[in-house]
Amino acid sequence: MLKERWNDAAGGFHPASAPDFLPLERLREVQLRRLRAVVQRAYDHVDLVRQRMQEKDITPQDIRDLSDIAHLPFTTKADLRDTYPFGLFASPMGEIVRLHASSGTTGKPIVVAYTREDLEVWAEVMTRTFASCGLHRGDIVQNAFGYGLFTGGLGAHYGAEALGATVIPVSGGNTERQLMVMQDFNVTAMCATPSYFLHILDRAADMGIDLRDLPLHTGVFGAEPWSDAMRRRIEMEAGIRAYDIYGLSEIIGPGVASECSEQHGLHIFEDHFYPEVIDPDTGEPLPDGVEGELVLTTLSKQAMPILRYRTRDITRIIPETCACGRTTRRFQRVGRRSDDMFIIRGVNVFPSQVEAALLQVEGTLPHYQIILTRDNGLDQMTVEVEVTPEVFSDQVRALEDVRAALAKAIEHILGIRVGLRLVEPRSLARSEGKARRVIDRRDI
Amino acid sequence: MKLQQISVFLENRSGHLAEPLDLLAREGINILGLSLADTAEFGILRLIVRDWGRAESLLREAGWVVKLTEVVPVDVEDHPGGLAAVLRSAGEADLKIEYMYAFSLRHPGRAALIFRFAEPDRAVAHLTRAGFRVLEAEPLLAAVE
Repeated sequence: MLKERWNDAAGGFHPASAPDFLPLERLREVQLRRLRAVVQRAYDHVDLVRQRMQEKDITPQDIRDLSDIAHLPFTTKADLRDTYPFGLFASPMGEIVRLHASSGTTGKPIVVAYTREDLEVWAEVMTRTFASCGLHRGDIVQNAFGYGLFTGGLGAHYGAEALGATVIPVSGGNTERQLMVMQDFNVTAMCATPSYFLHILDRAADMGIDLRDLPLHTGVFGAEPWSDAMRRRIEMEAGIRAYDIYGLSEIIGPGVASECSEQHGLHIFEDHFYPEVIDPDTGEPLPDGVEGELVLTTLSKQAMPILRYRTRDITRIIPETCACGRTTRRFQRVGRRSDDMFIIRGVNVFPSQVEAALLQVEGTLPHYQIILTRDNGLDQMTVEVEVTPEVFSDQVRALEDVRAALAKAIEHILGIRVGLRLVEPRSLARSEGKARRVIDRRDI
Repeated sequence: MKLQQISVFLENRSGHLAEPLDLLAREGINILGLSLADTAEFGILRLIVRDWGRAESLLREAGWVVKLTEVVPVDVEDHPGGLAAVLRSAGEADLKIEYMYAFSLRHPGRAALIFRFAEPDRAVAHLTRAGFRVLEAEPLLAAVE
């Protein structure tokens, strides 16, 4: 079903991809050198890191081996929130050329910074991402990741340009225009969240457009978890190869890891991002092959070096070597997380954010539940809130106002549209102790 | 002069309306007046019963969200234009009517209407002055039993 595709003499290899194929001893040398430098940099310029290392009675000189990384303190999302906005920066503003932000837990976003050198690394790892997905010069890339504070749009943009591909910065939304561009500009590759691409597929079907008739041959999908079943559907209905890519703003944005032609696990660009898998409860490192929480250390970041970031993503390192020839380690596609965070339309959402909004409107926290569904390929979030005597009214308009105020408060904090339904008291399930806050019916 | 109306929050699901009404029926509470406001997702059941205090606590204990509101029962002539006269008078006094519904009063030639005014006290004063009969709660409730 997959389309025949044009290949140039390089056979999908791009010079930027060379580090993916380093002999392991060489790769470990590079990693150790960079690790020592980044620890020194963070120790010298970031108060929080120096404080924590002093508490553990360690200095940058104690990092003699890669395994010594386990002595370093973790960094969590809360640390980024607590030091909002610039507290973890290691460069003066004069050297910082870009800021991005992503959603945080309290309504305040998390701010991340890049020096010019950081942007070059970012473009490099995204170039390696696209090369790993089989793209090269001559490809026409429609980038439907959102441009703006979100790292997806610009991250993919500069990577595709550095690859030598032709980039169409269409950004997210306006599905009919996406389809017009795809058809008229002979687009060969598409970057999007997988749920948005499914939405495009459904819209195309409504409009009588069969993506299999178009030159489109590759999809580069990320920013949210998606299943193998969803991949099969996309590949069948669009007649493309669909690749999973991985990244997070705290580390760099997209470009932390990417699938290769084997589509079996994501290779980590580990000369820039050092991976560990730990037991999420004890924090102890786990051997390769054992499932746990992915922890990442930026090895070359200047503006915002991050040591041992707790991603909350549950995965395992795949110990076997990959048939594609890359020597970099792979991890299994991420399907779940160790906290209650979920990702919808590329936005990280914590139930605590929804709680903050409900509290703001009602004064006290009502019982609520978050329902995630996928309608026509697009993720939908509905919050069901039990009506309390305090907000109940005999007038429809007053209740509609409450409903609208709750929806608006949540949308204001999350930045995405949500549905809000008022439900009867005691209609939401209570389990012992902890209520089940998120019902995910997205079938991923 | 004013009547306590019980409002109950209901989700808009089929068969759902019967539950609170069954509860009241089991306790021998007769529904004297009723209106249902509904949207696509929820409804508000409004009830007039004689023993509103007991009905309210029964519903509350059974887990329903309940609210008591003062409404004004107005006696109108049961012929064309009877209601229009009340509405015209209320409009002239700039009395805001949130909603209204009919009450099952069985006096020949008379009808009772339940009004939910934004300002019930001012409404009672004005309508009385304008010559309308605002009904007393007790005789009204007794009349329908």
